Amino acid sequence: MVWTRHDYDEIPGTYVFDGKRANSGYALNKMAFSFNSEENRKAFAADMDGYCRRYGLSDEQREAVLAGDFLKLLHLGGNVYYLAKIAVFHGLNVQDAGAAFQGITTAEFKQKLLDQSAGFETQLKREGGYWHG
Amino acid sequence: MAKIIGGLTTSHIPAVGNAMAEGLEQDPYWKRFFEGYEPVKQWLDEVKPDLAIVVYNDHGLNFFLNQVPTFALGCADNYQNDDEGWGIPASADVPGDAQFSWHLAESLIRQEFDMTTCQEMKVDHGFMVPMNLFWRHHESWPLKAIPLAVNTVQHPLTSAARCFKLGKALRKAVDSYPDDLKVVVIGTGGLSHQLQGERAGIIDVEFDLQCIDKIINEPEWMTGLSNDYIMEKAGTEGIEVIMWMIMRGALSDKVDVLHKHYHAPISNTGAGVLLLTDAQ
Repeated sequence: MVWTRHDYDEIPGTYVFDGKRANSGYALNKMAFSFNSEENRKAFAADMDGYCRRYGLSDEQREAVLAGDFLKLLHLGGNVYYLAKIAVFHGLNVQDAGAAFQGITTAEFKQKLLDQSAGFETQLKREGGYWHG
Repeated sequence: MAKIIGGLTTSHIPAVGNAMAEGLEQDPYWKRFFEGYEPVKQWLDEVKPDLAIVVYNDHGLNFFLNQVPTFALGCADNYQNDDEGWGIPASADVPGDAQFSWHLAESLIRQEFDMTTCQEMKVDHGFMVPMNLFWRHHESWPLKAIPLAVNTVQHPLTSAARCFKLGKALRKAVDSYPDDLKVVVIGTGGLSHQLQGERAGIIDVEFDLQCIDKIINEPEWMTGLSNDYIMEKAGTEGIEVIMWMIMRGALSDKVDVLHKHYHAPISNTGAGVLLLTDAQ
């Protein structure tokens, strides 16, 4: 029994959320889904370890949740939209998490986004027809 | 007869929802982005559509990963926004039109698009951010809306080609409804962004602008792109651009561009706005 390989597996630094990851991350993502409810968020905040155990996370997943190790959680089947619901408890948003995935600061991560977008207004003028207000 | 009077596109970034909730429209970071919506809002207030079909993906509010429909259509008279776990205040309920939804479902399924029909459907930021971007200046929602959710979260995903065909089928479905309804179709999500992994933080302005140009002028080009290619260029979450193709399929082969706007970065994303109509 093997998981089918895909061309997208070759994209570096990328964990496409497919069946393989959905399967291994199911309990983890299910727990994260429960955080849509404030009551559940309170219960988790009061006893994170116990809450993870109730949802049947693996030891590795539970430890990574408690440590706020989001790259590890991606490796262990976490879906990024669901990890965002866990990141809140570590005081992180998606930009902080993006930085953490790469081991850089959030300021460096934001600068990277600015660098890639630099000069976009010149490109819009070249393309033509864009609203420039 | 119901008629599609225009196609809109917009990103649906949660940070935009926060910015609107906090009234940051004039903040230097946000100003240019929000101003890009003003001409579209004016047009909408002039033409006064009766209903918007909002194409978006759910990010873990209504659909958990236990059941993931590729295409799901809201078939209710009311849609609720709710807590997604990170504190964006819930927006007011959005009125639907169950009779029109069921007509669309019947027509689409007859045209071999096997929609999942949803009589209860919570709508997340993917739906609400666009609704708020275009209509939050009204005291209450000035139109009805129908959510059309596309799975762009758990692979395997549908394709740009399939979304384009769904748009064409949606056009036929709308055109065959006997009631006089002015309808806009809104393709949401994108453009380039990747939230996950060491490769998080991709913005590819050139690819974004190429997609905008091709979606307007040569949508067939987009239908030739594989999901792998789009993810490699635009990032794993940039794949949401395929939902713009449903909007594009619902318009005629040639379109007029009433408005075209782009801004980057907004949060982690290249953000595009389009207002298109059938060529006059």
